[in-house]
Parts: sequence; structure tokens; C-alpha cells
Amino acid sequence: MSAPTRSRPPEPVLEEVYSALASTPRPPRPGLLSQCLTFGWRGMLKIKHVPEQLLDVTLTPVLFLVMFTYLFGGAVEGSTSDYLQYLLPGMLVQSVLFVSVYSGVSLNTDVTKGVTDRFQSMPIWRPAPLIGAALGDSVRYVVAAIVVVIVGLVLGFDPGSWPGVFAAVLITAVFAFALSWIFTVIGLVLRAPQAVLNAGFLGLFPLVFLSNIFVDPETLPAVLEAFVHVNPVSHLTTAARGLIAGEASTWEVARPLVEAIGLFVIFAPLTARLYRRGS
Amino acid sequence: MKTMSTELAIQAEGLRKSFGDTCAVDGVDLAVPRGTVYGVLGPNGAGKTTTIRMLATLLRPDAGAARVLGRDIASEADAVRAHVSLTGQLASVDEDLTGRENLILIARLLGFARADAKARADELLAAFGLSDAAARQVKNYSGGMRRRLDIAASIVVTPDVMFLDEPTTGLDPRSRNQVWDIVRALVAQGTTVLLCTQYLDEADQLASRIAVIDHGRVIAEGTPAQLKASVGSGALHVRLLDAAQREEAARLLQGSLDAQPHLESDPAALSVPVADAARATEAIAELTAAGIALADFSLGQPSLDEVFLALTGHTAEEAAEEEVPA
Repeated sequence: MSAPTRSRPPEPVLEEVYSALASTPRPPRPGLLSQCLTFGWRGMLKIKHVPEQLLDVTLTPVLFLVMFTYLFGGAVEGSTSDYLQYLLPGMLVQSVLFVSVYSGVSLNTDVTKGVTDRFQSMPIWRPAPLIGAALGDSVRYVVAAIVVVIVGLVLGFDPGSWPGVFAAVLITAVFAFALSWIFTVIGLVLRAPQAVLNAGFLGLFPLVFLSNIFVDPETLPAVLEAFVHVNPVSHLTTAARGLIAGEASTWEVARPLVEAIGLFVIFAPLTARLYRRGS
Repeated sequence: MKTMSTELAIQAEGLRKSFGDTCAVDGVDLAVPRGTVYGVLGPNGAGKTTTIRMLATLLRPDAGAARVLGRDIASEADAVRAHVSLTGQLASVDEDLTGRENLILIARLLGFARADAKARADELLAAFGLSDAAARQVKNYSGGMRRRLDIAASIVVTPDVMFLDEPTTGLDPRSRNQVWDIVRALVAQGTTVLLCTQYLDEADQLASRIAVIDHGRVIAEGTPAQLKASVGSGALHVRLLDAAQREEAARLLQGSLDAQPHLESDPAALSVPVADAARATEAIAELTAAGIALADFSLGQPSLDEVFLALTGHTAEEAAEEEVPA
């Protein structure tokens, strides 16, 4: 870095600074929805600028999908194509839930980088950054889900019902939206983004593996089977599986939605409280 | 727009804030006149940032009260937020977005229509010398560019009060001067600036009044000159053209300034403690009238460093680790 030989960096132009300072009208405050959508737009921009964040978590399930299908398919279900039919809805769930961890990571990044300070010192609706980010993240869920479905189709997956696939993506995204509020709480409690990522995955891994995503729980030891049966991830997977096959019962669909509402009702206000209190 | 011009821009009484067992701010009083730069000077950990965060409504004080532009920071926080801007210690911009996107985001949140937000962003980018970097992600900006963008984001709507927390920490001298120019421009437009800094020359350069803060308390307050004067007098330094006249010069100065001259190691130089500039000028005039020619003379004031040392018993420079070489 040899400063003297470098061309002069661009400078602020004082006359223009003066005119920029003088020429500001104060527009009327935007509505709450408009504020949230602006933060949602910010989330979209982040997908554009940091696509790797979405790719990382999407590629892992894709890898799992391919590996598990061909590695265990024969052993677990007797044929790879049968296992793919069984596994894909669960992979959809896993992939989308993993993405939701990043809600906490992004919020923590905002806090540690000082961006939250700016938003909180502005005359905007306090929860708007949280709600807007959650909206933006929902787009990520849908993108991740679409990736998994496409890979599944390439591998030979045969959806029983297309409206069912659509409904499965929707219910998974709704559940992830609710779950993400746990991660935002973690994001506001822990100190560094990396710690949030680790804590999030540490919590999510047992839930994902000790579920009915990979294997039929009937083959498991009793204690494990009991856990799998109360695990909300299993309930979500059952719903997604049933919807995609076109044979879900009302209760199967309603159960994860009720659980999602429960998560949201507890953790969204908790996030808002922690967020308001600042650091 | 600036209606209540006689009122104080910021008025704080007994602000107090603890984090666990640590008392960060221990009863701070401030009275900041409108349209000025008010410096809050202190070393790291003195409580500057906590004070500014309370005034900017980011933290609730444990005790005490403050009004910003006549609005209570606790009960009228939203009204306060409508008139202030905060430029925090960390450049509070989104590193993943481009400079232009950052400004559009802020403008949209403040109610600019889409096209107006873009126009405003471009206007500010041009004014702050960031047009070429507009489409680059902020993570690729230099420290000075990032700080300018940060300030630009704070003036998307010109604030009535701007909180600047260590705006030049870590910047090279050139970028620092640019930030100083911007601050002066802000004040010239009528904005009140509360400037937290640990750089003594920064407060001296910009602020019309300074509060010195240490361990969460204001330990001195006044104009930079008053602070210096309260610590002790300065000195008149004189260097003669003819060293042979030094004895005579010393005798004359002792008479007119009523203080013991100090003979420097330079055989033509001497210095005398002096309280005010007027008497020093008279003394110089007497020397000239007596036929003693001067090579140069200066009236040295104690530096703010010395002020801080005298007030606190320790220097403010304990955190002077990352000075960027010019």
C-alpha cells in the first residue's frame, strides 16, 4: 500500500454536501406494512449478494438426498426409487429448517455490526426489521424447497399430487417461519454469528435425525421411537409426506400448523422483547 | 424549521446506567446549546458510548432524565427518533449491500417514494465522493469510505441533532479531515452535533464546548479555552535575534508579566508563564519599544492532553494503539 503513488481517492465535495443537507424534505412516515416490505426487500438483496448463504444449506440436503438414496435406498426400502419416494418430503423439511437457522445468524450480525443501532434510532415501527427479515427469509425457504423438489424430479421422484407438493412447500415454509423465532432469540442472546450458527445446528441436528425423515420409526428401539413420535419435525414430515402423496389426513396437516403457532406465540414476542431491550 | 432556537438541544440530568455490577454512567449532566458541536471527551470505557446510546433512545437510563429538542427520551422516544441521527462507533451500514442500496433502504424507511429514494441516494453519494463505489458492496469499502457512507445514511433527512460516536477512530489523517469538514458543514446548516471522541485535538478542532468524562462522570465542562485555562496558564515563548540581549529581555519581561522568566537552552530563547494573551501582547510591544528585536514568539497553551492529565491524574492516550501512519 504505497499511498503517495496511488491516485487520489475520491473526495467529498463540500458544496454538494451543503446542498444535500439543505435540500431535504421530510416525507410523511411510511405505513407499517411498507416498512416491513422494505426490510423484506433488504432480505432479497442479501440473497442476491450473498447467495452462498442459501446455497450452503441447500446443497447439504441435496447431497444427503443423492447419497442416502443410492447408499441406503436398497437396504432401507428394498429399492432406491422406493426410498427416494419416502425420503424426498423429509429432505424438503430438513433443507428448509436448516435455512431458518440463518434468521438468527443475520440478526446477530446486524446487532454485532451496529446496523441494529441505526434501525433502532430511526423513527420506524420497532418490530419492522424483525418482521421484514422473516418475510425475506420465507422467500429463502421457498427457494430451498424448490431446489430439493427439482433435484428429486431429476433423480426420478414421482409426486403423487402437484397441489400436494405445493401445499407441502407451503406448510414447511410456515413451520420454518415459526421455528426461525427460536433462532432469532438465540441470535439476540449469543455474542457472535458463528456461535449462533453452531448452536442452531446443534439443536436442529438431533431433531432432524431423530425423526421419521430417514427411516420408519417402527424399526427403532422403544425410547427412540417414543421421541420420534413426539418430535414436531416428524409431525411436519408426516404432513409433507402425506400431502405430496395426496393422502394426508386433516389432523396430520393441522398438527404441525398448531405447533408452528405455538412456537410463534412464544418465541416471536420473546424476540421482540430482547430486541427492544437492546444490548 | 428550527423554531425553538433559544432552547437547549440536549439537556440531561443525572443520567445513570449500570450493566450488572459495572456502573457505566454515574450521573451525567449535559446542557448542549443548539447549532453547536458539543464534545464529550474521554478515554475508552469512560461512559461516552453508553451516554450517547441513552440520548439516542437505544438504552433506557436507570435513573435521571434527558430531553432532546424538548422531548423526553423515555416517554417521547419516538418523537426524539424523528429528529435525531446516530452514527455509531461501528459503521452502522449493511456490509452485504452496496452503498447505494444502503442509502435507498434508509430513504425508503423514512418515507421517500421509490424514485425519490434513488435520487436522494445518488445525490448523497455524489456529495460524499462515493459515486464510483455506489454499486460496490460496502464490505469492499475502505474505512474512510465506510464512515462517509455511514454519515450520509444519517443525513438522508437532515437531522436536528446528530450523535457522532468516535467518527474518526481508525481513520487516516486525510479521511479524518474529510469527516471534520462534513461535521462543520452539518453545523453550518443548523444541526446540533454531539461528538464523542477520545481524540483531544478533534474536540479542540470542532467543539465549541467540551465535557470531559471519566468513570461515568463529567469531571470538567467548558469551552476548550476555559478548560485549558482552568488547568493552568500557558507560556510566552520568545526567541531573540541577538542572544546578547537576553538578560535585558528577561528583566523587562519579568517586570511587565510579573513572573519569573525561564532561560531556555537555546541562548537566544526564553519563556515566561502568562495567564492571558492581552498581557503577553503588551509585553512583546514593550520589548520591541526597548529595541529588542525578535526572531519569533508564540503563546503556547497547555494541550488538552495536559488538561486531561491534570483533571484525571492519568492521560487519555491509553488506547492510542492503532494510529495509522500518514
